[in-house]
Amino acid sequence: MHELSLVEGILEIAREQATAHHAQSVDCIELDMGALDAVDPDAFDFAWKAATPATVLAQAQCIIHRIPGRARCMICDHEFEVEQYFDECPKCGSFRKEITGGAGLKVKRITLT
Amino acid sequence: MCATCGCESHEPVRISRPDELTLHHHHHSHEHLGHHKTVVDLELDVLSRNNAIAKEMRAFFLSQNIFAVNLVSSPGSGKTTLLERTVGILRHHLPCAVIEGDQQTSLDADRIRALSVPAVQINTGRGCHLDAEMIRRAVHQLSPARNSMLFIENVGNLVCPAMFDLGESARVVIMSVTEGDDKPAKYPDMFHSANLCVVNKIDLLPYVNFNMERFRNHLVQLGGVIHCLELSATRGDGIESWINWLRQQQQNSRHENAHLSYSH
Repeated sequence: MHELSLVEGILEIAREQATAHHAQSVDCIELDMGALDAVDPDAFDFAWKAATPATVLAQAQCIIHRIPGRARCMICDHEFEVEQYFDECPKCGSFRKEITGGAGLKVKRITLT
Repeated sequence: MCATCGCESHEPVRISRPDELTLHHHHHSHEHLGHHKTVVDLELDVLSRNNAIAKEMRAFFLSQNIFAVNLVSSPGSGKTTLLERTVGILRHHLPCAVIEGDQQTSLDADRIRALSVPAVQINTGRGCHLDAEMIRRAVHQLSPARNSMLFIENVGNLVCPAMFDLGESARVVIMSVTEGDDKPAKYPDMFHSANLCVVNKIDLLPYVNFNMERFRNHLVQLGGVIHCLELSATRGDGIESWINWLRQQQQNSRHENAHLSYSH
């Protein structure tokens, strides 16, 4: 994963929202992090501490909700939880599946002050 | 310090497991004094800016009927050699242009220009991937023709380019038999994000421990449907199938966008 790019992306969103709502800084920012694209916690922490000082995020609490990976089997239609992109269907054993949740990193909510 | 209740939390980042409490928990009620707070629900992808530009590029390519191919791989898989051979053949059928991405040098773009095909070199410096903004600038410089093929040779890297949508029409992951048959398992994001996998340097199969069946099984385990072609860019094996795939994809794209084309 590219933790510093992600933090910069979050920072950009925070800046835009702060400007749009005439706010000075971010109090709290909540992220939904898909388990399939999970960041490395240490790398994210490092990137956060490196990139946020003297920005709108300088005093912000960042809360990350882990969203479990979900998939639908293309062969038997069974819906199941996945931890990796290459987990097989527990019902029929096929690897052919459609990912229905738990991918990507989203900014869910931002509290501005 | 939490601005809501003043409790000490030295760590700004909290990552929760699904079974844990997900919100910073307050055991006491508190009144907000002074500062007005605005809560905004967003549901915005973190790479939203790149994705927005990629969306623009995709629309642009569609409107001009430009078929854009993003070539990704690790360094040394033979991308540029394959590209030389490819544009060497294709330029007789339709206009081609190339965007080259490397940390330093214009060596790759020079090789393409030597074939009388227009090429622009992006040097990322310390950057490890191309992003949509870089592509937008390069396309502005290159001005690819309508009804043409545009090849984007990404920075050699099996990790980061997977995350960055460039607005491409197709993404091809290229690897060579000297890299080991377990690459799709080790770099699932990259292989999962591609439309086609090319296995290059098959002329070297007698000399390496690369098991093609094991490799194809790893691809199947990724769960999507990814087509795979085997070839040798230097010796010529499998090149015809590769050219046919490209032309077929470009034709399909053209038919789908017929109502968008302004030409003829």
